[in-house]
Amino acid sequence: MTTQTPAVVAEDLRKRYGTTTALDGFDLTVPAGTVCGILGPNGAGKTTAVRVLATLLRFDGGRARVAGHDVARDPAAVRGAIGLTGQYAAVDDILSGRQNLVLFGRLHHLRPRAAKRRADELLERFGLVEAADKSAKDYSGGMRRRLDLAASLIRTPKVLFLDEPTTGLDPRSRNQLWDAVRELVGGGTTVLLTTQYLEEADQLADRISVVDHGRVVAEGTSDELKRKIGADRVEVVVRDAADLGEAARLVGRATAAPPETDPDVRKVSAPVADRVAALAEVMRTLQAARITVEDIGVRRPTLDEAFLQITGHRAVS
Amino acid sequence: MSALRWGIADGWTMTRRNMAHVVRAPEEIVIYFSLPIMFVLVFGYVFGSGMAVPGGGNYREYLLPGVFVMTMLYGLGATATGVAVDVSRGVVDRFRAIDMARSALLVGRSGADLLRALLEMATLVVCGLLVGWQWRHGVGDALAAVALVLLLRLALTWVGIYLGLVVPNPDTVSVIVFPVAFPLTALSNVFVAPELMPHWLGTVSAWNPLSATVAASRELFGNPGTGGDSWVAQHPLLLSIAWPAVLIAIFAPLAVRRYQRLSR
Ligand SMILES: Nc1ncnc2c1ncn2[C@@H]1O[C@H](COP(=O)(O)OP(=O)(O)OP(=O)(O)O)[C@@H](O)[C@H]1O
Ligand SMILES: [Mg+2]
Repeated sequence: MTTQTPAVVAEDLRKRYGTTTALDGFDLTVPAGTVCGILGPNGAGKTTAVRVLATLLRFDGGRARVAGHDVARDPAAVRGAIGLTGQYAAVDDILSGRQNLVLFGRLHHLRPRAAKRRADELLERFGLVEAADKSAKDYSGGMRRRLDLAASLIRTPKVLFLDEPTTGLDPRSRNQLWDAVRELVGGGTTVLLTTQYLEEADQLADRISVVDHGRVVAEGTSDELKRKIGADRVEVVVRDAADLGEAARLVGRATAAPPETDPDVRKVSAPVADRVAALAEVMRTLQAARITVEDIGVRRPTLDEAFLQITGHRAVS
Repeated sequence: MSALRWGIADGWTMTRRNMAHVVRAPEEIVIYFSLPIMFVLVFGYVFGSGMAVPGGGNYREYLLPGVFVMTMLYGLGATATGVAVDVSRGVVDRFRAIDMARSALLVGRSGADLLRALLEMATLVVCGLLVGWQWRHGVGDALAAVALVLLLRLALTWVGIYLGLVVPNPDTVSVIVFPVAFPLTALSNVFVAPELMPHWLGTVSAWNPLSATVAASRELFGNPGTGGDSWVAQHPLLLSIAWPAVLIAIFAPLAVRRYQRLSR
């Protein structure tokens, strides 16, 4: 990719609701054509950030540009370039799925014929043809989500905001939605998605920003974030719980770092710098001490652990 | 220029959306139309026997223009509820995230409710004819009278839209509208001529915006109970245009401002 202007730039965004600070110096840069995942616990400020960037919410301080337009000064231009699927489906409950899509098509200034055609295409693409003429209030949660996503794709947006797009979806619907997102990105759309699912960020996002208390506390690719919280870990499971203390002492000596023990699963683990050398050394000392080992290995930390490390609490999932 | 064109086009699209709601939930409209019919029957027959018309004349013929206007006033509740429901639903986010005319949601509400008022007027006219009301001047005058009633309704849609935007939730609307609407009709010339009220009540009633439209339409329909010595009674036509104009001039900008402030 060439040196294009980033699709989203937020600098020092601030937003308060009364005494609650929702955004507290929020910074973000999303290069055009990439997927940015915003990961954060409940109340971190994810929805607030998305609503500010999508021009739905005024902010108290900072600057933001989306698709090259200033969010505060030229919101109409921003609206012309974005699509938004909010945390709660923004569709008309009384109208049918088709009527919804035609309505939004007309409001996007498509001619009547084109609006109908676009509605049909989207119904087809999101598997809603059979339910097309049912009231949206009779849709299942997954169908509403898909209709909502379809509604934000009437005109292929330059930047698409997805606020927890798969919360409450079954695995199949989730995969469908992920595929749709990948297809869009293939077509050049930039996607900013918030999620509480680490797996979702891991799967879809090129880069991840971890948000807590209204600001980005860590940023990088999934691998970078994992690396940031430390090295690989060697893990040893002993057969006899009585050996656990001795095993921990030996592992600690071999890895030169304080190990953690988990008595429930008779596991000892410790961070290591050189995976192969550490593994060999741990095996040798344990054998010498005649401790029977049930399982041994070296593994990378999960994104979940990265998250826990960075924010001090676990992501809800 | 093109902004205005899109303003009208988007407003019309939203009007059609609201009409589609009516089509998809027809039971609502049955309840809605039963109200004016009930007004005609209850006030025309139950109370009507004991009512006097200044200058003589049939009370039901006097009453009907009043019922037209009263129905328009009660329509304000439906307008306010419609707007309050809209902004409490998630769909308003999508309207606000699309680069469409900002006024469209409100204009569409006003437009759809005006179309509904047109249907209500048609129902009321038929009911009226059935209970002995009639227009005594030309069709042109009768249509002008209907237009004045609808003009008042248009103004009231903007009052209703503003109300719908300031109430905390849709259920609050009826709690506010009924206790205000009932005294407002009682303190007007809808049921009783101001001349027959105690002095100060009569003055208040005569100046009531509803009275202006009622008096003007009575005059145009050629129904009894018009005229009087006061300046207000002499100029119903002027007032029936001025009052709605004032209401629109106040409430339309207020409503638009309030709508834009949704993005606190
Ligand atoms: N309309 C509002 N009025 C008052 N406080 C609000 C409002 N919206 C959000 N907040 C507060 O702002 C903070 C950030 O909320 P936000 O909805 O952005 O979090 P989130 O990361 O999207 O959370 P979730 O994962 O639960 O969706 C929270 O403390 C929340 O309580
Ligand atoms: Mg949220």
